[in-house]
Amino acid sequence: MNYSMIRYITGWMLKLEAYFMLLPCLVALIYKERGGLAFFTVAIVCFVIGKLFTYKKPVNQTFFIREGFVVVTLSWIVLSVMGSIPFVLNGDIPNIINAIFETVSGFTTTGASILSDVEAISKCSLMWRSFTHWIGGMGVFVFLLAVIPLSGGSNMYLMVAESPGPSVGKLVPKVKKTAMILYAIYICMTLAEILFLLLGGMPIFDSLATSFGTAGTGGFGIKNDSMGSYNDYIQWVVTIFMILFGVNFNVYYLGIAKKWKKALRCEEARVYFGIILVSIVIIAFNIRPMFHSIFSTVQHAAFQVGSIITTTGFSTVDFDMWPQLSKTILVLLMFVGACAGSTGGGIKVSRCLIAFKSIKKALDSYVHPRNVKKIKLEGKPVSHEVVRSVNVFLVLYVVLFAASVLLLSINEFDMITNFTAVAATINNIGPGLELVGPSKNFGSFSDLSKIVLTFDMLVGRLELFPVMLFFYPPTWK
Amino acid sequence: MKIIIVGCGKVGRTIAEQLSREGHDITVIDLRQDRVKMVTEKYDLMGVIGNGASHSVQKDAGIESSDLLIAVTDSDELNLLCCLIAKKAGDCSTIARVRNPVYNKEAAFIKEELGLSMVINPEFAAATEMARLLRFPQAIEIDTFAKGRVELLKFRIPSGSILHNLPITQISSKLRCDVLVCAVERGGQTTIPTGSFVLQERDTISIVSEPKSTSEFFRKIGLDVHRVKDAMIVGGGRLAYYLGHQLLEAGISVKIIEQNSKRCEDLCMLLPRAVIIEGDGTDKEILEEEGLKRTEAFITLTGFDEENILLSLFARAHTKAKLITKIKRTNFNEVIDNMDLDSIIYPQYITSEYILQYVRAKQNSRGSNIETLYKILDEKAEAVEFYINEDSEVAGMMLEELQLKQNILISCINRGGKIIIPRGKDTIESGDTVIVITTERLYDISDILK
Repeated sequence: MNYSMIRYITGWMLKLEAYFMLLPCLVALIYKERGGLAFFTVAIVCFVIGKLFTYKKPVNQTFFIREGFVVVTLSWIVLSVMGSIPFVLNGDIPNIINAIFETVSGFTTTGASILSDVEAISKCSLMWRSFTHWIGGMGVFVFLLAVIPLSGGSNMYLMVAESPGPSVGKLVPKVKKTAMILYAIYICMTLAEILFLLLGGMPIFDSLATSFGTAGTGGFGIKNDSMGSYNDYIQWVVTIFMILFGVNFNVYYLGIAKKWKKALRCEEARVYFGIILVSIVIIAFNIRPMFHSIFSTVQHAAFQVGSIITTTGFSTVDFDMWPQLSKTILVLLMFVGACAGSTGGGIKVSRCLIAFKSIKKALDSYVHPRNVKKIKLEGKPVSHEVVRSVNVFLVLYVVLFAASVLLLSINEFDMITNFTAVAATINNIGPGLELVGPSKNFGSFSDLSKIVLTFDMLVGRLELFPVMLFFYPPTWK
Repeated sequence: MKIIIVGCGKVGRTIAEQLSREGHDITVIDLRQDRVKMVTEKYDLMGVIGNGASHSVQKDAGIESSDLLIAVTDSDELNLLCCLIAKKAGDCSTIARVRNPVYNKEAAFIKEELGLSMVINPEFAAATEMARLLRFPQAIEIDTFAKGRVELLKFRIPSGSILHNLPITQISSKLRCDVLVCAVERGGQTTIPTGSFVLQERDTISIVSEPKSTSEFFRKIGLDVHRVKDAMIVGGGRLAYYLGHQLLEAGISVKIIEQNSKRCEDLCMLLPRAVIIEGDGTDKEILEEEGLKRTEAFITLTGFDEENILLSLFARAHTKAKLITKIKRTNFNEVIDNMDLDSIIYPQYITSEYILQYVRAKQNSRGSNIETLYKILDEKAEAVEFYINEDSEVAGMMLEELQLKQNILISCINRGGKIIIPRGKDTIESGDTVIVITTERLYDISDILK
């Protein structure tokens, strides 16, 4: 273990968080809120600790995948804990466990909240909540790689640990440039959404918070009814941007590099859009009687489907009231998730594709026992290593899921609540069904359950293995 | 610069490492997934799996926007094909590794007619370096500048030498010899010394001078300057052929010990004047029978690094011969350098030096071109030769006036063939080439200024 490198990177993380916290401070200045003081204090504390940690640059900069996974998990935990302190200090969320739940939910882009009245808390806290989505969406380490001078190729491990998808590649030869390109696309798309929302007459504060929530596919609303009270235009803009942020960013890069054909041929994105379209059509037919016009039926179906599959978690209506078929489809979409290399969570379309293709391969091997076949994705053979890691991922996913549901069942809530609560957190969505439905919140759970769900959010965002490795004793030997 | 490297063998990896460390955007292409994976995990670069001569694979690697393609696969023909296709597909510069002696004779023709920027032959380059060492056996390393008019020699100060306890400023007055000490290695530490630096025995020092003053200098400090008369080579690969050829041309008699009888026959045809011994070079008796004790140079060129090192250590114990050891793997060089083995040659380093030299020179758009570049002192320092053109910042300046950075030494000025070992009052003129010793990375002569 290269501890000095872990200390150094964690230090950088704290410094970054200090800079990020200046945004809520600014908001507090504008709205003249005293709660901003809490953010300012914590920002200074973070900066000082960070400065101390990064004071001495480690001589030995080499680290391996193990260190990469550990430092990413550690930093995410540190970030979340530091990020939750202002909520406690300024009294918006006095209970520390609740505050950590809320911050982890922010950074992991889950959007599950324990607040029953969102509109009651201060503007700076609201902005920080939404901003954590934006930071966590593309990933803090991707940001870090774009700004700090780390030598050597091993910093790729940081990106692998944080970026979603079965096999993380680079867009261009240098990690630093790759990270910069990703953030450039991310920032441009966020700005575009802010602009479109402003054009629709949304107040500037709301449009910033909403865009941050959409970009990171987070889903913290700043209204009690999430997006329900905004006009049709705004709801459509949010729908479209949610779906766009769920697409693999490689596609956008190919588009920028003028490789249109290759971009359009992306198998994962095609399947992703296919699933969205089919789901919208089925749900629209299913909920037709509940709305007066076809237009609003499609609008709400599309919004909910887009929100769930990209694991954002905004809502315009309480879909807990919808017929069973629609609810079931939405729950299934929770598991599918967005594309690899996007800001969304869930299992990811590409993993599902590989899993289904291995099922087909297994079936074929019974029909033609000597048949030689390779699993292909995007027209290229998928290495055995990747297929195996997908399988292990799915097994671990089921195990963690089952364990979480079991631990939650102590609460004596009904099965659907427990099941969807875990599904909504491990897939980084936010709302589930019944007691955790779009109009409810997670506040009614016991402290133990909240800790379990916080763990689930983290494990889901970092794609299981980094967090598991962190808690695996041999790692530290 | 955007550079594509085809082939991730030992040479490919070394080049990729060096170039990515210099900050270039590297993409590697190889057929074998495990090799690509290994390189991409270790260094900051991108990998593409596929046949490097295929147009679509080259397109995947971004040939259209690349500046340079380096083909270093096992096969000469494939390398040439890669370069031809890259030339058409991306209009970039190309470098091919071509090793076959048959093509080597035609290297100039190939380069001209196929439009390659550079053809490199690691074995040939290594052989040239070895031959140079045998002409001056006391040196551990010899590099030449200004078309051979200036030499950079590295050697170890023998015990009891006149140089022991001598400050550098007194060398020229005491020895009446125009040489410049440009780097000293002592106990693993490398320094670019100032005038007051005091030398000690067992230091490894590098000097810059003209060939004729070098011999004089060596004679005065009591080192033997006679070139070797015969050489014994163990292992009869391509490198042995190139070396044997060059040594015979220079009038040094050559004995090659090779195990494979087919290869012995080939060598016999290729080098009619050499003595070819069929037998196991690691066999003590054969070595003694062939006169290991009397030979003046012993060169180990087998395919195994371990064998080469053991043989050299054995020879060190039994003879006073000049030893040259070829090492392929570069990862243990600290250990090997601490052994008492005279000269070690790493063919990969020589190759990557050539390529680095080309890349830096190409990258430099400011004008004062890099003519030659050597990594000296185990990669810790570089010797770079610059051409000074009219609008250069240093042209017309006296050396005293220049505000130099730390660890920079202007060691030699070549003015139209006249070599000046510079002192403070000497000036740099346009049209000169100057040799700079540095531990920094230089792209342009103006980089030496603060």
